[in-house]
Amino acid sequence: MDFNYLTWIIFLPALGALIIAFLPRLSPRGVRWLAAVFTFIPLALSIYLFTIFDRSAEMAGVMQFEESLSWIPAIGANYHLGVDGLSLPLMILMAFLGFLVVLISWKIDLRPREYFAWLLLLETSILGVFCSLDLLLFFLFWEIEVIPMYFLISIWGTGRKEYSAIKYVIYTLFGSAMMLAGILSLYFTTGSLNMVEIAQGGLGMIQTAMPAAAIFFLLLTGFAVKLPVFPLHSWLPDAHTDAPTAVSVVLAGALLKMGGYGMIRLCVSIFPGVAHDYALPLIILAVISILYGAAVTLRQTDLKRLIAYSSISHMGYVLLGVFALGQLSLTGAALQMFSHGVITGLLFAMAGLVMHNAGERDLRKLGGLARQMPIIVVVFSVAGVASLGLPTTSGFIAEFLVFVGSFSSGVVPGIQVATILGVLGIVITAGYILWMLQRVFYGPPLKQFDKVKDASVLDRVYMFAFIAVIMLVGIYPAILTDVIKMGISPIVGLLGG
Amino acid sequence: MFSETVFTPLFLPELTLLVSAVVVILLDLFVKRKWWLAAVSIAGIVVSAGFAIAMWGGDSQSIFFGMMAVDNFAIFFKLLFLVIAALVILASTDYVAKFARFQGEYYALVLLSALGMMLMAATTELISIYIALELTSISLYILVGFLKDPKSTEASLKYLLLGAVASAILLFGMALVFGFTGQTQLGEIAAAIQSLSLSGVVSSPGLMLGIVLMIAGFGFKIAAVPFHMWVPDVYEGAPTPVTAYLSVASKAAGFAVILRVFYSAFGIPSWLSLDWMLIFAILAAVGMTVGNIIALTQTNIKRMLGYSSIAQAGYLMVGLAAVSFLWESSYRGTVTGQGGLLFFLASYALTNLGAFTAIIAISNKLDSDLIADYSGMGKRAPLLALALTLCLISLIGMPPAAGFMAKFYIFSGAVQQGLLWLVIIAVINSVISAYYYLRVVKVMWLGKPASATRVPSSIALRVALAISCLGVLVLGIIPGFVMKLAEMAAQMFVS
Repeated sequence: MDFNYLTWIIFLPALGALIIAFLPRLSPRGVRWLAAVFTFIPLALSIYLFTIFDRSAEMAGVMQFEESLSWIPAIGANYHLGVDGLSLPLMILMAFLGFLVVLISWKIDLRPREYFAWLLLLETSILGVFCSLDLLLFFLFWEIEVIPMYFLISIWGTGRKEYSAIKYVIYTLFGSAMMLAGILSLYFTTGSLNMVEIAQGGLGMIQTAMPAAAIFFLLLTGFAVKLPVFPLHSWLPDAHTDAPTAVSVVLAGALLKMGGYGMIRLCVSIFPGVAHDYALPLIILAVISILYGAAVTLRQTDLKRLIAYSSISHMGYVLLGVFALGQLSLTGAALQMFSHGVITGLLFAMAGLVMHNAGERDLRKLGGLARQMPIIVVVFSVAGVASLGLPTTSGFIAEFLVFVGSFSSGVVPGIQVATILGVLGIVITAGYILWMLQRVFYGPPLKQFDKVKDASVLDRVYMFAFIAVIMLVGIYPAILTDVIKMGISPIVGLLGG
Repeated sequence: MFSETVFTPLFLPELTLLVSAVVVILLDLFVKRKWWLAAVSIAGIVVSAGFAIAMWGGDSQSIFFGMMAVDNFAIFFKLLFLVIAALVILASTDYVAKFARFQGEYYALVLLSALGMMLMAATTELISIYIALELTSISLYILVGFLKDPKSTEASLKYLLLGAVASAILLFGMALVFGFTGQTQLGEIAAAIQSLSLSGVVSSPGLMLGIVLMIAGFGFKIAAVPFHMWVPDVYEGAPTPVTAYLSVASKAAGFAVILRVFYSAFGIPSWLSLDWMLIFAILAAVGMTVGNIIALTQTNIKRMLGYSSIAQAGYLMVGLAAVSFLWESSYRGTVTGQGGLLFFLASYALTNLGAFTAIIAISNKLDSDLIADYSGMGKRAPLLALALTLCLISLIGMPPAAGFMAKFYIFSGAVQQGLLWLVIIAVINSVISAYYYLRVVKVMWLGKPASATRVPSSIALRVALAISCLGVLVLGIIPGFVMKLAEMAAQMFVS
């Protein structure tokens, strides 16, 4: 492999950010176009990688498009990139959202240079997390993400933006502090920073008396904050609500997935035994996240806050799928991450559009917008029903796989009960989604919204892209599950199932 | 034979610095354009650094009848002090130009204290160590009082009085150690201690007291809690370039001498090093926590960085505790611990200097050190604000800045030594610290500018800032080279 695809995909947005930040006399228009170009190329490249990804059975679990350079010889760290079936869909998801959020942000006119520079840096760091195979590099990308996020929320946000931004930072740093301790312990006990090597070596590589469970939980804490798992979730509603639309899209769409990805890639693959031992409490937490998240969502009166809380519930399915530890459930969890990324991305984009056009986000004051927004209402509804898992959308197949997988996994006795409780979450989801749609779009038309506009041409472009992906995965899920399986099956092999 | 031992080329770096200090004082009498003074000082530093680099990599040697060692460890620190002194001088030119008199003395004192620090890193004998320490301290006492306004004078007096007490404690500790071992040479002290039986040492608590008193004396230098009381007032009152100098160079020198003394003299037997490892581990935990929590409420940026430097000293002591364990453990071949400490010092020096340089430029214009007055600095001086932001991010320990690599490196050494509990306290502390560092960032980028006037800065200052920031980025992204140097320097402890 001569061409360093992954390096280009990861660093093109950062390059764009540097150009935008330091090229003087760039008009806002120029900034937008540059941002669009520097996110479109990574998207095109990652779709190309998806098409040439080797799906043959013998490549299962093998990293593809690998790049490795010696980085810091003194501690054995390498610049080591690669993707497998688990990370490839997430990388594409981020590249996809990265391009679309530039379109979504097209109307930003407050300090556009800084805005797009931070947005592009954010994309680089998240792409880097999904592609890194070296623990130090992984952690470096993981941490870099905090800074752009802080600025994006605190400058371009709304409401209590500074409070939300610092809350986000403190939570994230707390999580990554635990993760750093975990990574250091892992490094010390295995003597390696190579994620693939450690996973293949398994617990056999751990040479000292340090309990594996301690390392497992240090790492898990970091990922649980990000996912987020009840009771570490309270940063999420604030950050989502007060962030600008495009940032909510990235946050819900790709950033939360770093948590789920990390759990599968590090916690489960490296410590299958520990994961098995502690599956029960984690599954209980998953069920709490699902039901608690959904119940709280029902009570929300703020459009963005409602969608934000729904993410907690949906990420509970990921946690359930991961720690049910079966082939199907893990595949479902990975697919759910992709699917939720697209669906919630679209939901946030639509919520942002409603807020932007109608100038209102309080559900009690909205109403009857279907007349003024015929296009938005359709798209919003499609996103909504996808979120509650209607067949032919990606949400259905992902949640279906999680439930079937966890019901049949038998990792702990009584997981069927947990699964059934989880399914109840879907019912609540249907409740709040439909209720939200009804309160925003139906009912008598209100006078103050008479002049409200529908989606512009640019809006329709990204709406179409989102819906196309949701439907494509919903109707032909094998396009993704074939790839995900390549990454999941070796992990299931480790679990002995 | 005699002349050879008195004059040795191995002493050239120190000698050059001494000569340039004298030249600067004399030159001050004759030249009208005072920038010559800075230029000569920098030239002296460059020549001195050239000599030091030429000695790098050689075998360890001993000069002046075993009073001084010339090894990679000493040379690493000498270069570090020279870089710091050069950056401080570059950053001072604006500030010093405001003084009507004594500009020559200012530069000369900076050079002399750098000379003292270089000696601190190199001397291997208790009395010489004490003299080197005093040379450094006395120069710094004067520098702190250089502004001659009430605050600066108070700071200087406080520093002098507390510093003198600390010196007395240190000297008392040295005397006790001498009393029980009969030696002042570090190597011979170690031999004397080893010749004592376990019960012999335990039955002579005076030796232990001596070691503890020495920790207290050196603890003052590195601003370890509970010997940190002088820090906030002195940092606030001193001229800002001197604060920068104090916060990095004086601290680095303290760590250099602690490493040297404790590893050479008290490293063996292992139960002894375990004892003081525990002391350092506890001091580290307390220092980080106290420094960070008090820093949360500060409104003056110099005081805030003062408390932050107390916290950073805590992180550094994590490294100290980690190395001490090496004698015991089976990992003696791997020296990440000490390497981590040296690397942390280098990256901390660049980071803090960068932050202070930006503060010097901003406070020159504002005449205020209140964080609230930094409001809107992102608009008034985007590059200065960007540089300060980078340095603060580095102090938090976030990538892509040097502070991240430094923490990773030093904590990985600590985890190797089984100090996971300490590392967890340390990482939680970095989360706390994020709050107050980011507060400054927030004020600069989100606040409304108080006026539209830009903040000017001289070329020398911009050069200093650019070098620091570049260094912070290089150490944060491609730290391999400096880590290798740090590991080579740390070889002293395993040979």
